[in-house]
Amino acid sequence: MTVHVEVRKNTYYDSVTLMALTQKMAALPGVAEAVAVMATPMNKDLLAGVGLLTAEADACGADDLVVAIRADSDAACEAAVALFAGAAARQSGDKKTAAGFVSLNTAVRHLPDANLAIISVPGEYAAREARDALRHGLNVMLFSDNVSLADEIELKTTAHEKGLLVMGPDCGTAIVNGVALCFANAVRRGNIGIVGASGTGTQEVTVHIDRLGGGISQVLGTGGRDLGEAVGGVMMLDCLEALSKDADTAVIVLISKPPATAVADKIVAAVKTCPKPVVVCFLGGASAVRAEKAYFAATLEEAAGAAVALAKGEQPASPACRHEKLATMAAVARAKLAPGQKTVRGLFCGGTLCQEAARTAPGEGNIFIDLGDDAYTRGKPHPMLEPSLRLPHLLDAARDPAVAVILLDIVLGYGAHPDPAGVTAPAIAEAREIARAAGRHIEIIAYVCGTDADPQGKAGQEGKLAAAGATLAKSNVRAAWLAAAVVTREV
Amino acid sequence: MAPINDLFGKKLSVINIGAPVFKDDLAAQNVSVVQLDWRPPAGGRPELIAALDVLRDRAATDEANAVAVAAILDARPVLTDVALTALEAIPGMTPTTILHAGPPVAWEAMAGPMRGAVIGALIYEGLAADEQEAGRLAASGRITFAPCHEYGAVGPMAGIVSASMPVWVVENKTAGNRSFCTLNEGLGKVLRYGAFSAEVIDRLRWMRDELAPALKAALARTGGIDLRTMIAQALHMGDECHNRNKAGTSLFIRAIAPALAQTGAAPEVMARVLAFMHSNDHFFLNLSMPAAKAALDAAHGIEGASVVTTMCRNGVEFGIRVSGCPGNAWFTGPAQQVQGLLFPGFTAADANPDIGDSAITETYGIGGFAMGGAPAIVQFVGGTVGDALEYTTKMYEITLAENPSYTIPNLNFRGTPTAIDLRRVAATGLLPVINTGMAHREPGIGQVGAGIVRPPRECFDKALLALAKRVDM
Repeated sequence: MTVHVEVRKNTYYDSVTLMALTQKMAALPGVAEAVAVMATPMNKDLLAGVGLLTAEADACGADDLVVAIRADSDAACEAAVALFAGAAARQSGDKKTAAGFVSLNTAVRHLPDANLAIISVPGEYAAREARDALRHGLNVMLFSDNVSLADEIELKTTAHEKGLLVMGPDCGTAIVNGVALCFANAVRRGNIGIVGASGTGTQEVTVHIDRLGGGISQVLGTGGRDLGEAVGGVMMLDCLEALSKDADTAVIVLISKPPATAVADKIVAAVKTCPKPVVVCFLGGASAVRAEKAYFAATLEEAAGAAVALAKGEQPASPACRHEKLATMAAVARAKLAPGQKTVRGLFCGGTLCQEAARTAPGEGNIFIDLGDDAYTRGKPHPMLEPSLRLPHLLDAARDPAVAVILLDIVLGYGAHPDPAGVTAPAIAEAREIARAAGRHIEIIAYVCGTDADPQGKAGQEGKLAAAGATLAKSNVRAAWLAAAVVTREV
Repeated sequence: MAPINDLFGKKLSVINIGAPVFKDDLAAQNVSVVQLDWRPPAGGRPELIAALDVLRDRAATDEANAVAVAAILDARPVLTDVALTALEAIPGMTPTTILHAGPPVAWEAMAGPMRGAVIGALIYEGLAADEQEAGRLAASGRITFAPCHEYGAVGPMAGIVSASMPVWVVENKTAGNRSFCTLNEGLGKVLRYGAFSAEVIDRLRWMRDELAPALKAALARTGGIDLRTMIAQALHMGDECHNRNKAGTSLFIRAIAPALAQTGAAPEVMARVLAFMHSNDHFFLNLSMPAAKAALDAAHGIEGASVVTTMCRNGVEFGIRVSGCPGNAWFTGPAQQVQGLLFPGFTAADANPDIGDSAITETYGIGGFAMGGAPAIVQFVGGTVGDALEYTTKMYEITLAENPSYTIPNLNFRGTPTAIDLRRVAATGLLPVINTGMAHREPGIGQVGAGIVRPPRECFDKALLALAKRVDM
C-alpha cells in the first residue's frame, strides 16, 4: 500500500464538487481510499478515521484543501492524483470565466435585480450567508442542513417581518415561476400551488399532478422542521397566505410530516380562512377524511389527485382502491418465491418516499432504509446525486434468503444524477442472478419519480429498469402496496 | 398583497452561494444566475467570525468609515518644499535617529538590505567611517531606530531616513497634515536596496549638496505642485504610481523644468539635475508615496473605523495600522517572498522577503490596485492584460470607495478601489495585491527584481480581533 497526502493552501472547492471527485478517484483500479476535503475540524476527524491525517494536513484550516489517497501501487496513487488535478484545474478554469464575485455585497451591487439566493455552503456558515441575503432583500432558498434551530427561528422571524421567503434549512425542492430550484422535476405549469416541508414528498406530488394533466403555479419549500413546535410553522403560514393571494393559484396543497398539535391548530385555522380549497397531506397523520374547507389526503398520490380534481372544479374522488391489477401482479410474483422469502427490503434515495413506503407496507422483518439519511451520507454525496451508493445494499439484500421483494425509488429531475437507472440496472440484473443461483426469485419493484420532460426522461429510465428485470410501479405508494401484497398475500 | 407575492411572476435573478451544479441547472433553464466564488469567512476560524460579526452590522463603524473614506478621497496632497535636512523638517527627528521602512524592528533583527542601508546612512552622516564601525555603532544602543510611519514619513525598500538627508515636504491642503520622503536615488546600487559603497554615498552627498537645493529653489517658484492632479494624469498615461512611474516622472520634469531654469542655476547644474531625474524612471515614486501618506494619515485614528491606513514591511515583517486603533498599534505577520521577474544572474533564493513602505500606494488605492490601468506592470508575473484588469476588479471586493480623482480609462473611467476595509478582507479572504521591487538578501548588493506580493493574512486577523475587542468594550 502506498499513501499520498497533499495539501493545497487557500484553495477552496465546495463539498459537492469534492465529493464527486472523491468518488471518481475511489473508482480507479487499485485505489483503496480517496479523500478530497477542505480541512475543517470534522473533515480532519474523517481523515484521521481512515488513517490519512498527516501532521501537515492537521495544521490546515477550513480554506485549505487536502487530497489523500491510499492505493496498492504508486501508479494507482499517481493516477488518482492526476485525475484530481485535471478535474480541479477545469473547475478553477470555470470559475475564472464566471463573473467572479467573492462576496454577496459586491454581487448585489452589480445585480440590482437579484431576488433569490440559493445557499448550499456547509451548515456552520450557512446561517450567516442567509442573514446577509435577507439584509440585502433577497429571498432565500437554504439548501444547507446542519443549521441550528435557533438560527432557523431567527432567520424565519426576520424573513416574516420583511415579507421574504426563507425556504429551508435543508430545503431541496422548490419551483418558483416555473423554474426548478435545486432538486425539482420538470412539470407543467398550471394553477396548483404547493407548500412542502418534505423534498421528495413534494416532488412526488408534482409529478403526479403533471401525470394527471394538472399543472403547478408555485412550489415553495419550508424545510423539515418548519412545522415543529419551535419554529411554529411560520414559513408554511406565510407561504399559504402568499398562495392564497396569488391570482395564478386556484388550489393549494400542503405537504408535511404530522405537525406539533399547537402548530396543526394554527395551520387548520389558516386553512379555514383561506379563500381557496386546500389539500392537506400530513404523512402518517389524518387519514382520508374531508374536513371543513380542507381535503386531507393519506398518500402523496392521493393529494395530487385531489388537487387536480379541485383545480378542474370537480370534487375529489374517494381514494383510488387497491387495484386488482396489483393483486394479479403480486400473485404472479409470489408464485415464484421460495419458502422462507417473506420480507421487503426498501432501499430509498428519497426520505419522504421511504417513510411513505414504510408506512404503507409495515410487516415483521420488513426493512426500509433512507440512504439519504445523515447516517449514510456523512462524508459522501447524497444518493440522488450518486445512485451507485445504493448498489452494495441492493446486492446484500439479494443475498438475504428472507428477502422476497426489493423496493427502489429512482428520483429524476434537475439536480439529480443524469442517469440513475443506467447506474442501477446492472446491479438489478446481478441481484436477480444472485438469487437465481441460490434457487430463489427476487422481486425487484422500482418506482421512477419523474416526468418525461425531466433531463433524464422518465420513459427511458423505466425502459432501462424493466430491461434489467425490475417491475415498475406507477407511484411510490403503489410500489409499496405491491411489495406488501407479494409478501402478505393481501392487497 | 404579501411581499412574497412580489416574487411571483417576476423574472428570477439568482445568486448561487455553494454547489455550482445548481447554477448549471438554473442556467440550463435560462435563468439569470451568478455564482459566488464563496469560501469560508475569515478562514473558517470561529474567533475571527465572532469578531467579524461584532463589526459587520455596526452603524458606528460604518459612520466612522465614512469619515475615514472622506478624509482619503478629499485629501489634496501638494508638494510644497524640499527640506534640506530631515532633521529640520521631521518633528521628533534627532541627529542620531534612523527611520526605517515597515513596522518597528531592532537592529539585530533587521533584514540584510536594511542593515546595509543603515550602514550606508551612518557612513553618509559621518557617524562611522566604515562598515565595521557602522555595525558597532548601530548595535551600541546610541542610535534611535524607528519606523518612518511613526514620524509622518515613508521610505521605499529599506526606507532609511537619516538626519542630514534632504526630504520632500508634502502638505495635505485639506487636513493640514504633512508627510515626508527622501528623494529617489535612482536604480542599481542604491541605499534603499541596501547598497552602501562609495559610489552610493557619493551620490547621496551630491543629492544633498546640489540636487536638493536646486529643486528647493525651483519649487519655491511654482507655488507648490498638486500631486493629486499629477497622479491622476500619470494613471491615465499607464503608470500605477508604484512600480511604474515613467509618466509621473516625466510630468514632474515638465512641471519643474521652467521653474528650474528661472532659478539662475548654472547650466551644468541644471543639466545634471534634469539628467538625473530623466535617468530614473522611479523619481516620482518618492512623491506618490508621501502623497498617499498625507491622505492616509488624515484618515488614521478615527475611533471605530475599520479602514486600513498603513501597509508596510521591514523585510522581516509586514505590518498594518487601522484607523480605529489609534496611534502606533501595529499588526504584523511574516513578510512574504515576492513573486515576479528576477534580473539576470539572480535566483529566487537571492531575494529578500518583501520590504518597504511603498505599499502605502496600494493602501491609497493606486499601485497594485490601479494595475488595470497599467497593464505593462503585470508582465512582472507573466500575466496578461486581462489579469491586470482582474487584479483591480478584485480589489473592489475589499474596499469601501472608488476614488473619483483616480480613474482607469479601460474600466470605463471607474475610480480606483480605495479604502481597504478590514472586515471585507477578513470576510472574503481576499488579500490586497501589491506591486513591488525585490532586494538582495545580503547587505550591499541592491535590487534583484520586481513582482507582486500579498500581505500575510494574520496582520488582518490580528487587527480584526483588536478592533472588535476595542469597540466591544
